[in-house]
Amino acid sequence: MTNDQLKEKINGWISGLEFPENKQYLEVVVPAESLLKLARLLRETPETAFDYLFCLSGVDYGKQLGVVYHLESTTHNHALVLKVKTDDRVNPNFDTVCGLWRTAEWHEREIFDLLGIKFNNHPDMRRLFLDDEWVGYPLRKDYKDDINIIER
Amino acid sequence: MEEIFQDIIIKKSDDYIINMGPQHPSTHGVLRFELCLLGETVKYIIPHCGYIHRGIEKMCEKNTYQQIIHLTDRFDYLSAHMNNEAVCLAVENALEVEVPERVKYIRTILAELNRIASHQLWWCAFGMDLGALTTFFYGLRDREPILDIFEESFGSRLLHSFNCPGGLMHDVHPNFQKKIKDFIKYFRKILPEYDQLLTGNIIFQQRSIGMGILSKEDAISYGVTGPSGRGSGFKCDVRKHHPYSAYSKVDFKEILYTEGDTFARYKARIDEMWESLNILEQLVDNMPAGDYTVKMKPIIKLPAGDYFQRVETARGELGCYIVSDGNKNPLRVKFRTPNFSNLFIINKLASGNKIADLVAISGSLDLVIPDIDR
Amino acid sequence: MDFNIYDFTSFTTWVHNALTSSMSPGWAMFVELAIVGVVFIAFYAVIGLYLVYAERKVCALIQNRKGPNRVGPFGLLQTIADLFKLLMKELIYIKNADKFLFNLAPFIVIIASFMAIAALPFAKGLHAIDLNIGIFYLFAVSSLGVIGILLAGWSSNSKYSLIGAIRSGAQVVSYELSVGLALLSIVIFSGSMQLSTIVESQANGWWIIKGHIPAIISFLIFLVASTAETNRGPFDLAEAESELTAGFHTEYSGIKFAFFFLAEYMNMFIVAAIAATVFLGGWMPFHIPGLDGMNHVMDYIPPFVWFMGKTAFIIFIMMWFKWTFPRLRIDQLLKLEWKYLLPLNLMNIVLIAFIVLMGWYIK
Repeated sequence: MTNDQLKEKINGWISGLEFPENKQYLEVVVPAESLLKLARLLRETPETAFDYLFCLSGVDYGKQLGVVYHLESTTHNHALVLKVKTDDRVNPNFDTVCGLWRTAEWHEREIFDLLGIKFNNHPDMRRLFLDDEWVGYPLRKDYKDDINIIER
Repeated sequence: MEEIFQDIIIKKSDDYIINMGPQHPSTHGVLRFELCLLGETVKYIIPHCGYIHRGIEKMCEKNTYQQIIHLTDRFDYLSAHMNNEAVCLAVENALEVEVPERVKYIRTILAELNRIASHQLWWCAFGMDLGALTTFFYGLRDREPILDIFEESFGSRLLHSFNCPGGLMHDVHPNFQKKIKDFIKYFRKILPEYDQLLTGNIIFQQRSIGMGILSKEDAISYGVTGPSGRGSGFKCDVRKHHPYSAYSKVDFKEILYTEGDTFARYKARIDEMWESLNILEQLVDNMPAGDYTVKMKPIIKLPAGDYFQRVETARGELGCYIVSDGNKNPLRVKFRTPNFSNLFIINKLASGNKIADLVAISGSLDLVIPDIDR
Repeated sequence: MDFNIYDFTSFTTWVHNALTSSMSPGWAMFVELAIVGVVFIAFYAVIGLYLVYAERKVCALIQNRKGPNRVGPFGLLQTIADLFKLLMKELIYIKNADKFLFNLAPFIVIIASFMAIAALPFAKGLHAIDLNIGIFYLFAVSSLGVIGILLAGWSSNSKYSLIGAIRSGAQVVSYELSVGLALLSIVIFSGSMQLSTIVESQANGWWIIKGHIPAIISFLIFLVASTAETNRGPFDLAEAESELTAGFHTEYSGIKFAFFFLAEYMNMFIVAAIAATVFLGGWMPFHIPGLDGMNHVMDYIPPFVWFMGKTAFIIFIMMWFKWTFPRLRIDQLLKLEWKYLLPLNLMNIVLIAFIVLMGWYIK
């Protein structure tokens, strides 16, 4: 499917989505509540069949926190970038997609560990790299560590 | 959704737990497997990582793009060149810089040399995992000429931060082409020895055929890429499907096996060495003359936006995701490292098998721990 | 045939007579025992150390390396230096180990291998005891070592050690059968369990030649099974360093570790010596009937050299195994024994009994 057809398809499922400019991939910004719905449709509809999640990144944009899903279909060879953002920096949470793409389970744990974004219904929401007693989330922009991080 | 979560681990208080790692000969680094055993059989495996997490992604946010490259060497140290290349390509694509043909050729040659060297080391270590200690010396012996080529051109053998945005740090040594040609000749002669020593061995085949079968669906869902994924029939060769550098100019096969067992992953890697030799042969004679770099500004600022670059390392797909806000430092850099995804399939593959099979399976996934921990 | 020039019987009788003439028979016996003990300890140390050296050299040969070549000429003193290193190393104290059994285990292992040497005929008249059930004795004693291994694994209170010990137990108990049955085939051929008689019966040809096909089958089975019984690669599951770090001796250090290490090499020597004695004629020279000239030349090579040469040949084969094969898995190991080696062995024994009955072997 070409990007325009994909856009049309996604608009057919959920209206009013934002498609920011991106030279490489088609990009969609999804509200957190319809993330799982859209992800499931993208994964399970035969025409889209996004079965390969090749990157899952958490991003701290400064004010907002977001999660970026890079999806690809191994059958149709089209790619898509899903983005979710939240303003909530105290208790940010999104729905997990690890039932759709199993690789997401550990990527989400990593994001929880380093950015503090919780994923609802995740089977094993523990820290991945750091100790369970670690305070703070190191990849956030406002994380302070006087010993290990040298401010320049 | 429930049926997809079949492999979720349920711990019980009377499980016989044994810690394999962080210091263990066959985890190839500081990784810890928490194994639950039932006699010799492994009930479940919980990987614990983070023992050597260095926060490279956080460091990247504080550094300029030229500096980031030197950090990328350090995650998958056996595919150092490909890691460098990912960042360079991402930056070059973002700035829409066209690098000279010569640079593309040299990068591709280096990537393939690096891939062969990495697979050689994997072969050594895999043999060791299975108890065939002689493989180690054969592999290391043949890896030496490649490291010599690296040393001659860049002064370092393992972590050669030779790429920079826009091209290379300096031109390659005049002996470069000749040495590679010698190496191709040498290695074509020596590679069948690997098969004689290990592949044809009946014990080896019994240990690997039909062990740890990974289905294609699981490979895609778990994101198992590289030779491990291609051993299951997952067409995931980035070189083929999203060509970069000079890969669009060479003719090569994507190695695919459909069995998905340890032996298929093993064969995929052995065949990849042959294929890399083919690629090298096609490139090394046609290296165009020209500049080794384009003029870049001393301070690189990427326009605000997201950039993603996919590169095939020796272990699978490396994704470099750069979010820029227009400053000289990136806002966020995320590396989708192949081993991170490849590791977590281990519970699915090895649970229900014997401890010895766990060692063989984790060996066949070719884990490099710093790549998981970053 | 004239072996009298190298017959040690007269020498040992002379020593015995000299001792009994100068002291009471009890004391004479005691002194003899002491002499034998000292000789064996020295022999044990030398053989153990040089087997380690040989293994390193063979391994280096297979792996395109040089091996030890710095300490002494050709690195000959390397293992002696290693021994001093091991002697000086700290014996690590393990808090939760069963101390008595933990300390006892290496001695059991080493004593078991000591006892086996006693029955080996090194040359005519050169053995400590010539039991009339020599094979039976060797067979019994060489399996004692597994008790030490099991104790080591259990008492060191480590999970890796325990798994290694369990594996070793399963392995040694199964392969014992094949070792025993393979030796039994030659007992049927020679009609004796006494090692000296078995050797004498090979004066006109080694059993592996005289017994043709069934003897060769037995020899191969013995080679495989004895490699497994000594826990050597490709059957080194009890140590399996890529799985269990070091198996049953994970927690041992210094000289106690060296005991296990030495015992492993001595066991290898013992099984190779048994194979040489039973299948390859022990100290008997190589003879081809009819070629008297060559046979005489062969007779002038001392029997001790013949014995050690044959043993070294089998040790070399066992080392070759270890350095080229990957390790088996525990279930494959047991399957090999119970499904292939044991039935083959039993059929082979029936075949041998039939052959001996019909007299279809070279007499």
